[in-house]
Amino acid sequence: MPERAHILLCAGAACISAGEESFKSALERELKEAGIYDEVKIIETGCFGTCDLGPVMAIYPEGTFYVKLKPQDAKEIVNEHLLKGRIVERLLVKEPEQKQALPTINDLPFFKNQVRIALRNVGFIDPLNIEEYIARDGYSALAKVLTQMSPEDVISEVKKSGLRGRGGAGFPTGLKWELGRKASGTEKYVVCNADEGDPGAFMDRSIMEGDPHSVIEGMLIGGYAIGAKKGFVYIRAEYPLAIKRLTSALEQARNYGLLGDNILGTDFSFDIEIRIGAGAFVCGEETALIASIEGKRGMPRPRPPFPVNSGLWGKPTVINNVETWANIPPIIINGADWFASYGTEKSKGTKVFALAGKINMTGLIEVPMGITLREVVYNIGGGIPNGKKFKAVQIGGPAGGCIPAEYLDTPIDYESITALGAIMGSGGLIVMDEDNCMVDVAKFFLSFTQDESCGKCVPCRVGTKRMLEILDKITKGEGTEEDLVELEQLAYTVRNTSLCGLGKGAPNPVLTTLKYFRDEYLAHIRDKKCPAKVCTALIHYEVIREECRKCSICFRNCPVGAIYKDEDGTYVIDQSKCTKCGICFQVCPFKAIKKE
Amino acid sequence: MKKLTLEDLKKIKEKTQAELEMRSPEGKDKIVVHMGTCGIAAGARETLLAILDEIEKRGLKNVVVTQAGCIGLCEYEPLISVQKVGGPKVLYKYVTPEKARKIIAQHVVNGQVVSEDVLSTE
Repeated sequence: MPERAHILLCAGAACISAGEESFKSALERELKEAGIYDEVKIIETGCFGTCDLGPVMAIYPEGTFYVKLKPQDAKEIVNEHLLKGRIVERLLVKEPEQKQALPTINDLPFFKNQVRIALRNVGFIDPLNIEEYIARDGYSALAKVLTQMSPEDVISEVKKSGLRGRGGAGFPTGLKWELGRKASGTEKYVVCNADEGDPGAFMDRSIMEGDPHSVIEGMLIGGYAIGAKKGFVYIRAEYPLAIKRLTSALEQARNYGLLGDNILGTDFSFDIEIRIGAGAFVCGEETALIASIEGKRGMPRPRPPFPVNSGLWGKPTVINNVETWANIPPIIINGADWFASYGTEKSKGTKVFALAGKINMTGLIEVPMGITLREVVYNIGGGIPNGKKFKAVQIGGPAGGCIPAEYLDTPIDYESITALGAIMGSGGLIVMDEDNCMVDVAKFFLSFTQDESCGKCVPCRVGTKRMLEILDKITKGEGTEEDLVELEQLAYTVRNTSLCGLGKGAPNPVLTTLKYFRDEYLAHIRDKKCPAKVCTALIHYEVIREECRKCSICFRNCPVGAIYKDEDGTYVIDQSKCTKCGICFQVCPFKAIKKE
Repeated sequence: MKKLTLEDLKKIKEKTQAELEMRSPEGKDKIVVHMGTCGIAAGARETLLAILDEIEKRGLKNVVVTQAGCIGLCEYEPLISVQKVGGPKVLYKYVTPEKARKIIAQHVVNGQVVSEDVLSTE
């Protein structure tokens, strides 16, 4: 019986958390009940990118895109869509303004405005089926390099493509490979850095979950180019699903003879091992990563020597990030010129971003370099929820910086973003609206990096601690203007003198918020006010007597018993007991509680 | 499993590509089976299964089959419409499984509309 429909069910970590598994079993049950189980094929794919709408699925050949699925929706989908061919309108995506339903996956502005190279297969194929990868040109790039290209040809093609490291620093990939090839020594290694640790970033995880073979093929090509026989994927233990899918992909590739000795009948031999990290943020730094793979404590060391000359066990080692590796096969198949036709003069190709924070479509996108932040936030991300005003976007994770509204038209490329004091980073984009306090945001990111500082060098270990103390003082309303001067000086010292990227990047959130939102710092210091009403020490809650209907909901919900009834039955908040949790503010049905 | 050769890689690619065709419906001939309650009562499911079977037998790759609901012409059910790439949409009436096979052979494969069964052409 030939299948008449393919159901692509997103099985990325976000959709699984949202209940994909129970939906799938309900769907299977309903299909059997209707007697059409054999006529349709369910494929569990990697992340579609629309994580906010999960669980999601697309039904082909129509390409109908259903979102926010619950097990009880399965019956209607089977009976209406699959049996009678009637689209279930209520499960389609609604255009936020027009309230119009968008029937197919290609109607969504979220997908229409993307260019998917690294994510070419993610959400389209079954990641556990190597043959679906092969059908989409998978391992053709490997076959091409092994039979038609010398290692030097491969390197020059990658150089010509203009691909730069997608892990954050943006080092030209082809140049790194060339240095690796030229480095002396017969034993060499390639490493895939999958130690993605930025808060709110999940680009690499989604690639490994959705298209693990693209990473494997990229590493094979890299290994051939530099002359390595062995590769390692360094991945954090917090990514169990990615580890599982990658492990099974490696096994399949070995069974098909695409890893191991004499690959595709040539004299090229290569294999890949997974090394699981314990999740220390600093291990994303290449020298710390190397130490960790070697079984040592994950700490960075001064460079040079760079890993391309002295890496794993002192041997030449080329380390690239997941997304960089996934870009390699399409470059080989379609050519450097094709890749370089996307992007800007110095930043070629596309970049994957994880959209998080105050944005309508949180999720995963891939866009050409040079697109503006505005296009990403508004055209693809659907703007800011609840009609709030955009305030800033934190780009590049905790080592990146906050870019304010006046720079929304900045093109996203390595140089433009760096010029604003942020970094491209691995691709986390956290959007903030008027309700975010920028001092609090800086404190959040700095407390993360402070916590993750390995402690080896003094500027990072002690400097970030002192900076955090000053920020803490300011958010409590105890800061002085001298503190700001000291904060800025410390920030520059830490940035200029730390050993590795963690310390060098840690002050960026502080420096950029000081640059673009100094008035907010001053409001905390001079007026003892938090303009966004976030910093708890600087706000208080009060009952508006005229509005209070004496319903007692606030009284019953206060976790610390700080609310009491006065003589006429109106409720009052005892400021000495109030912990400013804000529960009364949220539960009051008459908006009779004010935050100031 | 024995090690893949370049030839095997090509074979797997061709075979699986055909299976994935369904996920890129653009630029293909379309057959729509009208499957409202009226259509199903008149035997549209049997027609649909016959169409799928015929497509598989003939190894047709450039055809997608979808369903649609009732279009108000219940009297003529089972109804199917066939639209070749670049051609008009032809609506066929009283399509029994036998007629469906004939329509595929004559219209979808050879491009000759089966005029005696046509209800309307758009």
